[in-house]
Amino acid sequence: MDKKEKVIIMNNVGKVYSTGKNKYRALNGINLEIEKGEFVAIVGPSGAGKSTLMNLIGCLDTLTEGEYYLDGISIGKMKDNQLAEIRNRKIGFIFQTYNLINKLNVLENVELPLIYMGIPINEARKRATSALQKLGLESHLKHKPTELSGGQMQRVAIARAIVTNPEIILADEPTGALDSKTGIEVLNILKDLNKEGNTIVLITHDMNIALNAKRIITVKDGEIVSDSYIDKLKEVGACED
Amino acid sequence: MRRLILFKMAFSSIASNKIRTFLTMLGIIIGISSVITLVGLGEGTKKKVQEQIESLGTNLITVNITSRRTNGLSDEDIELIKTKPGIKNVAPLLNQNGIIVKSGTKTYSTTVEASTPEYFGIRKLEVESGRKLEKDDIESRRTVSIIGQDIVTELFPLQNPIGQSINIQGVDFTIVGVLKSQGSSVGGSGDDRVIIPITTAKRLFKTDEVRTIFIEGTSRDDTQLARGYLELYFNNRFKGDTSQYRVFDQTSLLETATKTTESMTLMLMGIAAISLLVGGIGIMNIMLVAVIERTREIGIRKALGAKRRDIMIQFLIESSTVSLMGGILGIILGYLLANFFKSMLNMSVYISLNVVLFAVAFSIFVGIFFGIYPASRASKLNPIDALRYE
Repeated sequence: MDKKEKVIIMNNVGKVYSTGKNKYRALNGINLEIEKGEFVAIVGPSGAGKSTLMNLIGCLDTLTEGEYYLDGISIGKMKDNQLAEIRNRKIGFIFQTYNLINKLNVLENVELPLIYMGIPINEARKRATSALQKLGLESHLKHKPTELSGGQMQRVAIARAIVTNPEIILADEPTGALDSKTGIEVLNILKDLNKEGNTIVLITHDMNIALNAKRIITVKDGEIVSDSYIDKLKEVGACED
Repeated sequence: MRRLILFKMAFSSIASNKIRTFLTMLGIIIGISSVITLVGLGEGTKKKVQEQIESLGTNLITVNITSRRTNGLSDEDIELIKTKPGIKNVAPLLNQNGIIVKSGTKTYSTTVEASTPEYFGIRKLEVESGRKLEKDDIESRRTVSIIGQDIVTELFPLQNPIGQSINIQGVDFTIVGVLKSQGSSVGGSGDDRVIIPITTAKRLFKTDEVRTIFIEGTSRDDTQLARGYLELYFNNRFKGDTSQYRVFDQTSLLETATKTTESMTLMLMGIAAISLLVGGIGIMNIMLVAVIERTREIGIRKALGAKRRDIMIQFLIESSTVSLMGGILGIILGYLLANFFKSMLNMSVYISLNVVLFAVAFSIFVGIFFGIYPASRASKLNPIDALRYE
């Protein structure tokens, strides 16, 4: 298949951490393809390598083996600044602990990736405001993150993730710090975003959360042990509706 | 535009920790304010000295017979000098320091300057009341005197001294004039003197030796020409022994004085620069702490696409904003301090735009220079480690 139709292509990707004499293999022989518009959950127990995989997909880290194409661009040998540009333009991050900058207000937090993109401030402000409106935060533009509830903060983080119109939205345990009701709200937002055509990669240790996705990839001991579409699982009765 | 946002972000992070920011700035504030104050005082002194020298007249040439081995200048010398080109006026001066003058029971030690009427014109001396020396005073060897303000204060408080007399070494001198106050200047107070006719003084002090003469050139350019002729004249008169006399004009005096005050200013600046250096190290220290404290923020920014340069610029803007704000506060404080010295200690102060611009530029430089290391450390943080940092 043509590489350009797939958002993510990983061929035999491995990651080895070396600290002094010790070498630790976190990922081994990962082959993964994610198409545009998919909603994929990566699940696995802690220490399975899902964080490492997320870091590689999110271009926060470089791989030590194999090939990785994001939106048709080979990421393997990129330098720091090139990776920063890829993260800026192609990836929207949503983190467990929101990772908002507390000194900046809500609007400024959402503007930040646009500013790093070099978008003029007026345009950035317009786009950030409309992203926040979409998430129902228009009345909190001037608030500091610390003045918001957990659910609101995560919605700010989602606004920040979508404001650049990225190729993929990478959500790392996005409900981990939220109560179950708010967690469901956030998952619904992700589902809606997916319906609009956004590609979403959700990383979680919780199978119940993962079931919100359309496809579940299970990682264990640094390898992909299963990769299945929920529709098909439902067909064979492996999971409930 | 983008830079503007970065500045705004720098300001908000500076504002979020006011006490620390202020303490960081303190080093720069002290450094810059001492530069402003000290240089202001230095420049003020320089300007005052220059003004005083210029007020003595730029067309003035002074000849001193420095050697004690030769006799002083005679009347013939003076007559000969008068005939040289470019010379408007010549006044011999016979002065005696530490002369006791008396009036009734009061005594006062002052300088007696004996000269001719031309002396007043050449030295730009004006009388407040009475008259100056006249030709007839010289020719008739009159016992008249013109006194400075200090003598009035000491010997004739609350009186009109004109017409009264002072006693100098047993001879009574009628006071015919009082000099205008000149204030203190280079080479002592201009108010602490008594001027008498030179012919009278030669008898009184039993001396014929004039060792100082003042020459006024017809114009500024002619003064240089006249100086050349004078050099030639004295060179001949002392048979080439230049160590026996000195001919100098205000230009050379001005140069010497300027050089002296400039080196003083430079020294003061050196002292101030040390405190700026210490201030800069303070900034570096705080910025290094800030980098560690904000590791997570740096991680977030990097995850969102900040390049090394963006992080670097952010921290450099922060450090240079802190030092620039310190610089501006330092300028204000320095200005106030300098004016305090001016009004309380009666010192001359001159704060030039150049010094202020220098202070601003230097404080930005300090911020950037001492911010580079912390900023580059921040920019090199690994985003994963930074995001994981608690």
